[in-house]
Amino acid sequence: MKGRFGEFGGQYLPETLMPAVAELEAAYVEARADPSFERELGGLLRDWVGRPTPLTDASRLAAAVGLRRVLLKREDLAHTGAHKINSAVGQALLAKRMGKHRVVAETGAGQHGVASAAACALLGLECIVYMGTEDMRRQEPNVFRMKLLGAEVRGVESGTKTLKDAVNEAIRDWVTNVRSTYYLLGSAIGPHPYPTMVRDFQSVIGREARGQSLSLLGKLPDMVVACVGGGSNAIGIFAVFIPDSATTRLRGVEAGGKGIATGEHAASIVGGSVGVLHGTRTMILQTDDGQIRGTHSISAGLDYPGVGPEHAQLAQSGRAEYVARTDAEALEGFTLLSRTEGIIPALEPAHAIADLTHIREAYGAELDVLVCLSGRGDKDLETVMGALA
Amino acid sequence: MTVAGLKGTDRITRAFARAKAERRLAVAIYLTVGYPDRASTPALLRAALEGGADLIELGVPFSDPLADGTTVQRANEIALGNGVTLADCLDAGRELVGATDATVLLMGYTNPFEQYGFQAFARDAAGAGIAGVIVPDMPAEESATFGTEITQTGLARVDLFAPTTPDDRLARLAPGSRGFVYCVSLTGVTGARRAVGSDVEAFVGRVRAHTALPIALGFGISEPSHVAALRGVVDGVVIGSAAIDVVTGATADRPAALRDFVRGLADAGRS
Repeated sequence: MKGRFGEFGGQYLPETLMPAVAELEAAYVEARADPSFERELGGLLRDWVGRPTPLTDASRLAAAVGLRRVLLKREDLAHTGAHKINSAVGQALLAKRMGKHRVVAETGAGQHGVASAAACALLGLECIVYMGTEDMRRQEPNVFRMKLLGAEVRGVESGTKTLKDAVNEAIRDWVTNVRSTYYLLGSAIGPHPYPTMVRDFQSVIGREARGQSLSLLGKLPDMVVACVGGGSNAIGIFAVFIPDSATTRLRGVEAGGKGIATGEHAASIVGGSVGVLHGTRTMILQTDDGQIRGTHSISAGLDYPGVGPEHAQLAQSGRAEYVARTDAEALEGFTLLSRTEGIIPALEPAHAIADLTHIREAYGAELDVLVCLSGRGDKDLETVMGALA
Repeated sequence: MTVAGLKGTDRITRAFARAKAERRLAVAIYLTVGYPDRASTPALLRAALEGGADLIELGVPFSDPLADGTTVQRANEIALGNGVTLADCLDAGRELVGATDATVLLMGYTNPFEQYGFQAFARDAAGAGIAGVIVPDMPAEESATFGTEITQTGLARVDLFAPTTPDDRLARLAPGSRGFVYCVSLTGVTGARRAVGSDVEAFVGRVRAHTALPIALGFGISEPSHVAALRGVVDGVVIGSAAIDVVTGATADRPAALRDFVRGLADAGRS
């Protein structure tokens, strides 16, 4: 397997974990070559996750933003309410296959924590989820869901008490219990093989959406849009379209927070620089001295100071373009989709919805745009009620 | 200003040779620069040397120290709150080496070194008389560029090996080690522990089979009894979190408390 995406990627890890990532890579390669693993995963994705998820032709939304067509890939309808389950169930199957009965995970918004807890419950694995105490406060219903699903939620008090600190703590647990424990990383970030493995598991989104778009449009979409925090839903829908450069633009929407100029955002590509965080070389938010900066986003799931290394490469090569939308714009997107299509999105993909008018301004109205609607908005109601009050 | 005298790796070799000649374990003390405040650092470093430390590891604070336990995490947060940068750590090293001819290493995470620039860092560290660098999140696979820059200026990039490191990996990597080999006593993060792992002897034996360099053991070592138990097993010990805990817990004279603590460890390492 390839561990790098151009100058990005790699394995910046304590020595203790180096044999573990080698073991993981070998196990993953072996599993993917085994038809029985593919059969089991395919069965779970169909019967338990509810795949394929629909593609919704959002005509009232398209009219509202002035685009010819907007197609929504409905990951909000996947079990547990977001795309996170695609990778969680794949990795949990892998953990079980590797004989690791203890799983640790990190979570920001709680969606990956819930997905991990559900997958571990299904497969009979012990599940421990690290979550910043600031995020636990923001996403209380998801904390309860994880506990209902039998997971232990450990609050993280260090640093900024958000996703990056939860990743640190999950890695510390992993380094301590490496022989018995599988680290179920939630985004396409971290050391090799995670960015590749998570992309592969999430690529089911793009494979389905590409076929569904062809059926619906008779051609490929002109553009694929997705929100980008660590970037797992985005790389999942982008991956199969990467060779379609003649027909299909790729556009990632980062969290602009209170605006890039304020410094209070989580846009690692638009507002960051190259560095090393959580085991990988990628675009990160940092000070001149190389300290990781605090981030801000109204959406806990995007509130992370780095991005998957493959996105860093796609940005550098120009194959994908990246923009940022602010908290306020995301709230408009949240409301707009709710009112035009009767779909309450999560705040994360609400950033992608908010970008649609900008796409029309930049590229004109004659465009068929595929949007990854990565999750549903139930978890965000309290945040949105507070923000709109 | 450039510090004169022995260069880089040679300082490490000298430190371990002295300890060996005196039939004792070399003692390396780790302290986070700028903890608990910037003004305390020079006196604390001197105190560690007075107590008998053979090597000093200057901890370069980082916002996300994923190989460290709570003690070093907290020290890092406070040091960063005090505005400490890698340049400050180089200054602290230069001052200490200039005044005492000590063997000083820097220990910190990849990103601050990367942003400083590997080449600039190698030049400035050599100029400051720094002996070597330990980067816990930069395994051999990722260290080619940094290692080249560091080695060209005569400094050692010290390798860490863990109980999980398999023999074939040791065989591949240990011959490239410089200065000394840092063995991690346990699978886990830094931090004081009650006892040293029972499988340390077997682990050190596995490493010894692949290197003639001195071996120092770190992570979890916190008491003289731990050090005494390691006589004849390793060539040196690294104490970090326990030293920071002593600094944190001292009510009055912090340097005196640290000096006494280090003396107790150093005495325990004498045969």
